[in-house]
Amino acid sequence: MLFRRLFFDKISSIWMVASLATILLMPLIIGIGLYIKAMPLFENTSVLKLVFSSEWAPSKGAFGFWPFISGSLYVTAISFVFAAPVCLFAGIYLTQYASKRLVAIMHPVIDILAGLPSVIYGVWGVLIVVPFISDYAAPFFNTSSSGYSIFAGGLVLAIMCVPYMLNMLIEVFKTVPAGMKEASLSLGATFWESIKHVVIKKSFAGIISAYGLGIAKAFGETIAVMMVVGNQMLNSPNPFHAGYPLPALIANNYGEMMSIPMYDSALMFAALILLVIILAINLVFRYFIYKTQKQ
Amino acid sequence: MNRRKIIEEYIFKALSAFAAYSLIAILCFIILIIFIKGFGALNLDMIIKTPKGGFYYGGEGGVLNAIVGSLYIAFGATLIAVIIGMPAALYINVHLIKQKRTQNTIRYFLDALWGIPSIVYGAFGFTAMLLLGMNSSLIAGILTVALLVTPIMVRTFDEVLSTIPKGLHEASLALGSTKSEMAYRVLFKQGFSGFITAILLSFGRGIGDAASVLFTAGYTDLIPVNLDEPAATLPLAIFFQLGSPIPEVRERAFASATILTVIILIISLVARYLAKRYSKSNIK
Repeated sequence: MLFRRLFFDKISSIWMVASLATILLMPLIIGIGLYIKAMPLFENTSVLKLVFSSEWAPSKGAFGFWPFISGSLYVTAISFVFAAPVCLFAGIYLTQYASKRLVAIMHPVIDILAGLPSVIYGVWGVLIVVPFISDYAAPFFNTSSSGYSIFAGGLVLAIMCVPYMLNMLIEVFKTVPAGMKEASLSLGATFWESIKHVVIKKSFAGIISAYGLGIAKAFGETIAVMMVVGNQMLNSPNPFHAGYPLPALIANNYGEMMSIPMYDSALMFAALILLVIILAINLVFRYFIYKTQKQ
Repeated sequence: MNRRKIIEEYIFKALSAFAAYSLIAILCFIILIIFIKGFGALNLDMIIKTPKGGFYYGGEGGVLNAIVGSLYIAFGATLIAVIIGMPAALYINVHLIKQKRTQNTIRYFLDALWGIPSIVYGAFGFTAMLLLGMNSSLIAGILTVALLVTPIMVRTFDEVLSTIPKGLHEASLALGSTKSEMAYRVLFKQGFSGFITAILLSFGRGIGDAASVLFTAGYTDLIPVNLDEPAATLPLAIFFQLGSPIPEVRERAFASATILTVIILIISLVARYLAKRYSKSNIK
């Protein structure tokens, strides 16, 4: 009986360690897998040239990823401009001002927003954002646009990132000790002044981290962006023109990638770029968050 | 001076309130638009029939193939995530309970894993699939989505397990249980609400994710019977139908989107209900 229990304990422990190790090694395995697949690409051109060259002609074997990387950066930047202030203020309201009842309502709202599949955001973008841009926003700025544009991608992305960033911001604001705010209030500061000078100051590193992680999330988002961004290479800085972010490039061309030599390597390299950038951002800012939580 | 302070206070409070309430408005706006557009095109045929001839030109049929395919993939991926992720989460909270540093390092890496976008998993799944000589199939889709949802599974379950008071560990060890008995009989039960949440969260992600199955699961009008057959998925059905120039087909994309939204909402509601219900009997 005892033997059986100990035997089971042993087996179960081994299984637990093995599965945990597998999960933790996953990014490494993925990275290596993508790297091996992308290797033929490095034989002719250096990595730097691949990343910063703008010449994209797969049939001629020229793979310059800069148009796609810059497209991604552009969309991400626009989404950040919209999402960041909303998240900051909503986070402040929910942790400092809001009644318990509102918080209880907001939790499922944030969860559902975070849980909606990206394809749903894409459909919504096609139905609302795209016509809005072609009919109102673009004429307002004296340009014409089909609506399928960088700007549309940024807007849809912004909404998708809000629940993600907001959840982290709420966690960050919660770690500020109430005593500190009370001390500031008792010195005669108004509520908003205490928030501005104590809460925001104290959680500054956390706010930056939450923003960083939101940016990483936006950078890798695929389907929703791809549905509204137009998928043509960026040729002007006008945000009402179509763009072509990196994830959309991968998703759009998988069908043809076997017919052109090196194309599959190029797409796997694109995936590798995404993985490296996003993992790096995540590791850096998560580290900040852990630091602040420890304090 | 004081007047300025009061005005500032007032403005920023209003601004914050506006930001918070606007989220509710946005959620309602999105769901309302999807439902208004979708329910017009939704009929019973959409849910209970597979595509018939000429479906993609506005002919008869429905998206049952995609609904079933998505459910299969989400179910399979969640099952794998449970087999790998549940023991991993228990290990962090049982065997490593004394090593706070290791625990935190592992959580740190798991959180970073959570951030990897699904298109990267999709690309990797595709590479691995070619390497193993497989075709796009149900099993390839399941495995790829499993990669995606396992970190979510572990972290969500772990989040609840980590709140369990240490006294419970000590009590069960004092009664002579082995570590794995403590894990499965005490901690698993105590953290059951977290387990349910983790399962439903993974399931929801599995149903809704498009980028990871785009390369790996393929697309077909038939309902897959074997693991090596390709499978249609609901997000891809929406995506492909929306890309069609024919208005009837686009209408169907909206109907499919409504189906997907309803499924996700149901999962979310069930998760909340069950989590509440099962955490009631916990030892505080």
